[in-house]
Amino acid sequence: MNFDDTAQEAEFRKLARKWIEANAPKEFEEELSKSSLGRIKLANHDMVEVGKAWQKKKSDGGWACLHWPKEYGGRGATPIERVIWQQEEGVYGKLTQPFQIGEGMCGPTVMAWGSEEAKRRYLPKLASGEEIWCQLFSEPSAGSDVAGLRTRAEKNGDNWVVNGQKIWTSGAHYSDYGLLIARTDPNVPKHKGLTMFFLSMKSPGVEVRPIKQANGMQEFNEVYFTDVVISDSQRLGAVGDGWNVSLTTLMNERMSIGARLATGVPEMFEFCSNLMLDDGLAIDDPAVRSKLASWAVKSSGLKYTSYRAISALSKGERPGPENSIGKLVSGMMLQDIAAYAMDLQGAAGTLAGEAEEEARGQFQQMLLSSPSMRIAGGSDEILRNIIAERVLGLPGDIRVDKDVPYNKIPTKGR
Amino acid sequence: MNFDFSDEQKQMRDEARKFLAEKCSAKAVRAVLDGKATYDKDLWKGLGEMGFLGVAIPEKFGGAGAGHLELCAIAEEMGRALAPVPFSSTVYLAAEAIMIAGSDAQKQKWLPKIASGEAIGTLALFEGKGNPSPKAIKLTANGGTLNGVKKPVPDGAIADFAVVAARTGSSGRESDVSLFIIDLKAGGVEVKALTSIDPTRGQAEITFKDAKAEPLGAAGEGWGVIAQVLDRAAVLVAFEQVGGADRALEMGRDYALDRIAFGRPIGSFQAVKHMLADMYVSATLARSNSYYGAWALSTNAGELPEAAAAARISATQAFQHCAKNNIQVHGGMGFTWEFDCHMYYRRANALALGLGSLSYWEDALIDRMRKKNAA
Repeated sequence: MNFDDTAQEAEFRKLARKWIEANAPKEFEEELSKSSLGRIKLANHDMVEVGKAWQKKKSDGGWACLHWPKEYGGRGATPIERVIWQQEEGVYGKLTQPFQIGEGMCGPTVMAWGSEEAKRRYLPKLASGEEIWCQLFSEPSAGSDVAGLRTRAEKNGDNWVVNGQKIWTSGAHYSDYGLLIARTDPNVPKHKGLTMFFLSMKSPGVEVRPIKQANGMQEFNEVYFTDVVISDSQRLGAVGDGWNVSLTTLMNERMSIGARLATGVPEMFEFCSNLMLDDGLAIDDPAVRSKLASWAVKSSGLKYTSYRAISALSKGERPGPENSIGKLVSGMMLQDIAAYAMDLQGAAGTLAGEAEEEARGQFQQMLLSSPSMRIAGGSDEILRNIIAERVLGLPGDIRVDKDVPYNKIPTKGR
Repeated sequence: MNFDFSDEQKQMRDEARKFLAEKCSAKAVRAVLDGKATYDKDLWKGLGEMGFLGVAIPEKFGGAGAGHLELCAIAEEMGRALAPVPFSSTVYLAAEAIMIAGSDAQKQKWLPKIASGEAIGTLALFEGKGNPSPKAIKLTANGGTLNGVKKPVPDGAIADFAVVAARTGSSGRESDVSLFIIDLKAGGVEVKALTSIDPTRGQAEITFKDAKAEPLGAAGEGWGVIAQVLDRAAVLVAFEQVGGADRALEMGRDYALDRIAFGRPIGSFQAVKHMLADMYVSATLARSNSYYGAWALSTNAGELPEAAAAARISATQAFQHCAKNNIQVHGGMGFTWEFDCHMYYRRANALALGLGSLSYWEDALIDRMRKKNAA
């Protein structure tokens, strides 16, 4: 048991480190290190523009989408080399946020199901960040039950005509292309009538509207489709096989979102180490210590679970199912930590302004944002189902709509 | 990075699992549970013959000289099988104390007997309620003569010898504590078996009246040794807890697949599935924390105190969580003497306390993390 690189890995790390040292946008290093808990802020620059410049530079140097084949804009690197790159990229990795959905979900789907022509046309520009992709799956009536989606695509000659609405689309407002799943046959059971497409987000009839979230921010969008025309050449997989195609995307979603997880533990430890209560420092209070310790071992448990996965990759093995626990554990923990940090402040815990003396309102922001961590990318409940069914081998729930034609499934007010 | 056990270590774990599956059935555990025996003597002998008792003891002292990663791998299996033998008291506590503080002559005297299974040892630390603390040690030692009462002493009623923590000063500091080693069959020692929530891991009260003992390590340095032994044992017991948690989770999962209610396996209900998924999460976190503890233990890393506390907390929580919810998944049958669920529940709660309570280790972890952050 050791934490050392193999000789090959050390060589690769040296190469990556040298390139980053020579090329990283160091002027943003400090701001990027300070932005924690997944919220990236640059005072005088647009995050997407700075991100695009970094992504393009990486792509020119052969450091973008490392695990992809070279002909599609990648490096043909091994999974462990990808991990080493992420470790070395460090804070600059935060700049990759606008490209993560493309790299982690849309790209792999196009790679698995697209024509050779489509792959050569779209993947290199996705990898270089010149074209940003978003994922158009969730709908107002189809979240966890995404196969119940309503957006229609109807065949018209060599084209498809799309009408409907998507929701919770990250980055739709700055995306160039979208991966779209739509219903092409409402007369068959819900999983069987879906088809996957991709389209230009600039297509006539596509309208992007920001969603004002419960925490007051606007990070997601609704996307409306009104008679949007898509060529049949932009179909991925067979007509009616969209569910199967979407599994490629969703499996990648859970892996890519799990990669960089905030737990709130370092922030909370620092906060308690400095917070003066009536009887002394918070960290000297037995009740505080007990909670901190429980969170600390969850956080270290996640860290060493990922080390186990990295070790498997290093040996050329497939990591076990352990990594599926990451978001489930950290999402709940963020929410609990935020609430407790505020509790320690008493009535002043209600104050959320950045000018507040206690931790600049960061836990109040964490409290208001954390519900989304427990929902996005698979809700806690869906993740527990996945662990129970795929890891523990328990039977699926009984699905009353499984064999019923989609248009015969009872709904409320369709 | 190679944060995993080696193929040889995994092979040893598989061997231990196979051996215990054969020699340590639920029936064998129940013989001790029902009071028909104080521990499983045949199993103990077999463990010695397999070389498991001395796996971390150097060859020159009669052991296999393998190491602590190997011992962690075996500990996991001992926990999974609920082995009703004085493994932890002898191997994690007594042997570790002797290996840290013993003279060559003491090592030569005791370690080979531990490795072969001839001698059962223990650590007599506690004196009534409370957590490990130099202040809690009242038993006195004057010129090697012990006077006082220790309880609970793990496996004290079956042990041949004990490492005893005694007070040799009155400064109120850690340096008041010294260690002694004593043959429990000697004069002035009175042993009484106590009732434990887990009868497969016995507890005893030992009264010393002018009992002659031999110093173990230098006078006044006992507490430092105890602290090291507790950290090392915390990692090893964490592996027992991880093994127990995994087994309790498997039992719950198997029952959920098998048991039909409302016309379907109860494992198809989300209320049951989610309970089992949460058990898997706890067990996974505990395993990963324990791996880090194993690395620190096997390399004598400076990170051991923090790693041991994290492994201890995580594994304690996981085994308690899995053992408790295993009963819940089983419903009424889980509350019968006949089903094995309660044996894991008993063991989980006994292991949770044996080295000091959860809150004690939580406190220790925070201290150790602060020390690291300050450094």
